[in-house]
Amino acid sequence: MSELLDNKEAATKAVVDWMTKKSKTKTKFYFKDFYKVFPDDKPRLIKKVITKMVQDEVLEYWSSGSTTMYGLKGGGIQHSSEGEE
Amino acid sequence: MAKHETPLLDQLETGPWPSFVSDLKQQAEVRAKNEEGVEFQIPQDCVDDLLGVLELSYKHGRTHWKHGGIVGVFGYGGGVIGRYCDQPKMFPGVEHFHTMRVAQPAGKYYTTDYLKKLTKLWDFRGSGVTNMHGATGDIILLGTTTPQLEEVFWTMTHDYNQDLGGSGSNLRTPADCLGQSRCEYACYDSQALCHFLTNEYQDELHRPAFPYKFKFKFDACPNCCVASIARSDMSFIGTWKDDIRIDQDAVNKYVENDTAYPSNAGAHKGRDWGPFDIEKEVVALCPTDCMKFENKKLTIDTPNCTRCMHCINVMPRALKIGKDTGCSILCGAKAPILDGAQMGSLLVPFVEVNADNDYEKITEVIENIWDWWMEEGKNRERLGELIMRQGFQKLLEVTGIEAVPQHVSYPRSNPYIFWKEDEVEGGWDRDVEEYRKHHLR
Repeated sequence: MSELLDNKEAATKAVVDWMTKKSKTKTKFYFKDFYKVFPDDKPRLIKKVITKMVQDEVLEYWSSGSTTMYGLKGGGIQHSSEGEE
Repeated sequence: MAKHETPLLDQLETGPWPSFVSDLKQQAEVRAKNEEGVEFQIPQDCVDDLLGVLELSYKHGRTHWKHGGIVGVFGYGGGVIGRYCDQPKMFPGVEHFHTMRVAQPAGKYYTTDYLKKLTKLWDFRGSGVTNMHGATGDIILLGTTTPQLEEVFWTMTHDYNQDLGGSGSNLRTPADCLGQSRCEYACYDSQALCHFLTNEYQDELHRPAFPYKFKFKFDACPNCCVASIARSDMSFIGTWKDDIRIDQDAVNKYVENDTAYPSNAGAHKGRDWGPFDIEKEVVALCPTDCMKFENKKLTIDTPNCTRCMHCINVMPRALKIGKDTGCSILCGAKAPILDGAQMGSLLVPFVEVNADNDYEKITEVIENIWDWWMEEGKNRERLGELIMRQGFQKLLEVTGIEAVPQHVSYPRSNPYIFWKEDEVEGGWDRDVEEYRKHHLR
């Protein structure tokens, strides 16, 4: 595991910064997009860290039913965008 | 009286088959009358509006459902699929109408008590409309609002000992046949393997990180009742290595048309098909011509038998599967979104199915494949598409499986052979000085 991925706070900051930088053009990301943030790490290790970020409510899932994407919590389309409270 | 006129849907009820339209109308009426006094947590007329939006879709020739959403239950990335109607003013009852997938029990064995509890919960917190085992195999609960999701999840997990199924870029709910619980053809305990892998890969089921969907399905024999060969990225089909067991006396009972030995286990006895003819109905239909019936004795050339099950299906009292049983693993089946539909390709011709070592031979293959697919698979690329793109040989490499004749589906069409360094004696390294002794610049 790389030092970046091993450091929870640094890893979270790297993910949030990267997603924020991209947020002008898109708000939902494929899991594979995180490989660019952690180029030296194996997918399964990245998954553990990203999953923790979902549990900590830094990130949230978006699902079409067939594909799942990740977004910053509260970013992009939300329940309220669809008229739900 | 119905809330919406549905002349187009009404036509669907005129066909010879049971109609889902009739079912929905019935459910709409049940909710309107509410004789059981249910305190509906979502609009009472949601099923009326569901019929209305479907009628409108038929009229317009396009869907009025939007696609996906962030709905889910805490900690899970699958099991809930957001569904929103794009005509909320016309059909407020289905403005938010999310789907929940519930993991079906192995072999689809339920108690009636369980089904009553489940439908009671869904009448209370959802539309009451279910789709028992659609294409995914799960119990599908159709239609509820976001606030109800956690409530349904809490009741299912705390009171019913019931988990959600998979959706999105997850391992999907593994599905199996009823296997050894009822079927004499079962070559391995499909329910035990399905249950074990469901527990073993909980993280993959509930927390999505795959490039796309991934499905396991388990058939305990080559009859493939679950159609795993066509419906799953990894298909586990029971098989055997030794001889089909033959009871010659029973074979002759079939030949003599003994009424206690109906062909096909009596499955076609509703009509007179004439006397049973072993030559025509069994021997001549063997796909590899590996059978003979001479002098009242049936023989099978085992090395040429592909275990298609036909002879066993026709004469189940006379023929039985072998005793040295296990399963074959096939990979890459998919529906025709890209590159057309594919059936699974045989990867492991035979592997033991051993619960005592936690199926380690099987989990090793699975995890090697996942590591490769997660690394190399493109977004929304199924395993079968990756195999097509990088080659079956690459699949063999990543799984550490040696090529065997069973992997060959057709003679090669490419005349070139690309050797890898480790396949060539001495590798690619050359002594340049030695070379220059014989070849001047």
